[in-house]
Amino acid sequence: MDSRTAPLLAADELACERGERLLFRGLRLALAPGQVLLVQGGNGQGKTSLLRLLAGLGRPDAGEVRWRGQPIARCRDTYHREMAYLAHANGIKDELEPAENLRFSHGLHGRPFDPDRALQTLRRLGLSRCLDLPCRALSFGQRRRVALAALLLADARLWILDEPLTGLDVHAVALVEGLIREHLQAGGLLVATTHQALDLAGADVQQLQLGLAAPARAAAGVH
Amino acid sequence: MGRFLLSVVRRDLTLAARRRGDWLTALFFFVLVSSLFPLSVGPEPQLLQRIGPGVLWVAATLASLLSLPRLFEDDHRDGSLEQMLLSPSPVVGLVLGKVLAHWLVFGLPLLLVTPLLGLQFNLPAEAIAVLVFSLLLGTPILSLLGAAGAALTLGLRGGGVLITLLVLPLYVPALIFGAGAVGGILSGTGAEAHLSLLGAFFLVSFTVAPWIAAASLKVSLG
Repeated sequence: MDSRTAPLLAADELACERGERLLFRGLRLALAPGQVLLVQGGNGQGKTSLLRLLAGLGRPDAGEVRWRGQPIARCRDTYHREMAYLAHANGIKDELEPAENLRFSHGLHGRPFDPDRALQTLRRLGLSRCLDLPCRALSFGQRRRVALAALLLADARLWILDEPLTGLDVHAVALVEGLIREHLQAGGLLVATTHQALDLAGADVQQLQLGLAAPARAAAGVH
Repeated sequence: MGRFLLSVVRRDLTLAARRRGDWLTALFFFVLVSSLFPLSVGPEPQLLQRIGPGVLWVAATLASLLSLPRLFEDDHRDGSLEQMLLSPSPVVGLVLGKVLAHWLVFGLPLLLVTPLLGLQFNLPAEAIAVLVFSLLLGTPILSLLGAAGAALTLGLRGGGVLITLLVLPLYVPALIFGAGAVGGILSGTGAEAHLSLLGAFFLVSFTVAPWIAAASLKVSLG
């Protein structure tokens, strides 16, 4: 296997329980640079739980997640440096302006902050008219855009996106699709859940269906 | 980790500056409670001097309980706590940064108004100095132990009540040694013994509480 197709993110025999209920078990996945894993399933089938496990928030009840061949629990700092997670909650503070939010989230991840680049990114995401407003005054979709700006600035190799299109209008959805394509072309990886159609024509997409009676499996190379 | 800690402190201080109501409430509570006592007990200098240190210490502990439940709660609700846990830096750094910011926002103003409140209780200058020093050692203990309690009760229903039940007993040694130090000065036995014990208690909470808080944050968000 050459370096282009060797999987960076892998998981083996992953199991997750919530309370007494088994959400999934025996789940396997392998994701190489440029590939997308679309996690699908109804409400309450464990999509968010799986994404959180992959992000390293919480431990699986069985199995392990590996990044570059190492269990993520053992290479926490390298993994978190190369991974960005966009959750349901945007993780931005209402009291701060969009650029301030980006500055603080940068500082917390120990990255040098480039204000010009942050402004450019915010403008690119269509926020040029709300740069001097606290995020409290922004709409739901605009706040989602601020969170997406933080994601872009993270320069992460792996994106884990939980419903990235929630609250976005058609222009923003097209924009996000474009951003994802760029990310994949640059050798990035993407794990995402979405109930909306995500147009990723030309990308190497694996589908993972959660909530089936049989253990859900996603083998590398299933398109 | 030092830079991470500083950026947590900077962030929390900026947020506190934008949301003044939160910490001003705790400060006003402290001032009001300790001013109510001289008004209700009556103007007897001897009696006031006797109860003064204890009243101020109790008011400080209660004021800290007022501000603690929100230490992690707000960040938990808007998802930024999750993002901070995903930082490459250790979670203990996050806890220490939050505790330091909490102390700067809550403990420091308390220290500044304490001399004025001490005058209400007819405390001599020497006793006021010891009182401020005991609070200087003691308020970080309140922030540290409180952070462990706040992390343990994060996301629970009725967390505010639970944190009181959980943390208040732990505050007792600080309360005894802190108020005892001032009492010692007033009765002429000296304050060193009490202050040393208070310092030891500070060191213990400083070494233990952040780890407990970090571990419980990981569990609460896992």
